[in-house]
Amino acid sequence: MLTSLPRFLAGAWLSLQLIALALAAGALLSLPIAFARVSRRRALWLPAFAYIFCFRGTPLLVQLYLIYYGAGQFPWVHDSWLWPLLRQPFGCAVIAFALNTAAYQAEILRGGITAVPEGEVEAARALGMGPWLILRRIVLPQALRLTLPAYGNEIILVVKSSSLASTITLLDITGVARGIVADSFAVYEAFLDAGAVYLILTFLITRAVGMLEHRLMRHLRREDLGVAPTLEPFGA
Amino acid sequence: MDLKGFGGQILTGAGLTLAVAALSLVAGLVIGGFGAAAKLSSRRVLRGLADAYTTLVRGVPELLILLLLYFGGTVFLSWVAGEYVEVNGLGAGLFALSILAGAYMTEVLRAAIQAVPKGQIEAARALGLKPAIAVRKVLLPQVWRLALPGLGNVWLVLLKDTSLISVVGLEELMRKSAIAAGATREPFTFYAVAALVYLLFTAVSVIAIALMERRARRGLARV
Repeated sequence: MLTSLPRFLAGAWLSLQLIALALAAGALLSLPIAFARVSRRRALWLPAFAYIFCFRGTPLLVQLYLIYYGAGQFPWVHDSWLWPLLRQPFGCAVIAFALNTAAYQAEILRGGITAVPEGEVEAARALGMGPWLILRRIVLPQALRLTLPAYGNEIILVVKSSSLASTITLLDITGVARGIVADSFAVYEAFLDAGAVYLILTFLITRAVGMLEHRLMRHLRREDLGVAPTLEPFGA
Repeated sequence: MDLKGFGGQILTGAGLTLAVAALSLVAGLVIGGFGAAAKLSSRRVLRGLADAYTTLVRGVPELLILLLLYFGGTVFLSWVAGEYVEVNGLGAGLFALSILAGAYMTEVLRAAIQAVPKGQIEAARALGLKPAIAVRKVLLPQVWRLALPGLGNVWLVLLKDTSLISVVGLEELMRKSAIAAGATREPFTFYAVAALVYLLFTAVSVIAIALMERRARRGLARV
């Protein structure tokens, strides 16, 4: 463990970059998708539904391979502005993970949006708030608070799926372990060490989300009200 | 779409994908049953073991579990047998997915069992039903109804996680598509075909699960 510690630290750093970039890009992307999904207009909800269905209904590995190996099949992709990203595995991994988590996050956010009582939106409108202000001050803060446990689960799912980066030559935590196995065939040491790194990561995230939840719920903290709704722990 | 003669291969791979997912679902259900019983046991050791099992398996990437069992299994079996024994992708994959499904099912079944009011079992016992009958006639039908959404989720996760076994060489849908992609130099086409097949499996599963849930609810008043 000690001799391979620098390699695992470098791997953990790469994993963290992948996870943070994918989560941030996915969160931004999930906002329009979620609001399109709850819209009553078919031209809006149908594409959002199709997006969510496609990305949740296929394995992440297929999505990753489609982008990493598949994109190069078309000559016009080589000339596009995205090619510098699609040419190297890191960019492909971030794009695939972000598109994937955006679908899951949109579905979580949709649950939160529909859980905000209609009357509160009406009251805000009656007070003369515009749609953007209502979104920013009434809908989003409550939707995010309600869905925090589900977001915590999604972060952990992204941490775990980031290990797929090792299948496209990236030296993330799993990639480092596979490298050590190839060098020395120290199978148990390498994979158990990698597992320990992931467990530490997931433990820290669980604690951080728990603390954030505790803080965001402080105005509700009473025996009869202080229970957050839990959404399904793992989605389709 | 022109599959350049790889259609049959991909179909074989799709069949293997379904078989692996179904076998791990059944194995996972058995493991999950024992796991849930252990979690609800009054014995502290059993509870601790079950907690450790679900925490470890759910906190580590699926791919890592698979790689550990694939490479580690070879080392372990060679050590036991005293000669080189290689674990194949199918064995390691089935084992890994079963352990994974078992961990998720443990939680699903535990929550479902706990959701059945305790008074019902007590009432059944008071009516003179033997413990085994009370479990089979009163507890299990309700556990089934309460657990179905969770079990459906595990099935959908398993279907997709079978693709990971392609990494250790099992020729299921994903690996067959990769072979076709390499031979024809049309990776996008063949991975898109694989994606469509997975999407079809998911769509059919979602409909089937919804029908099963409706059937399991048939005794309840419509809200």
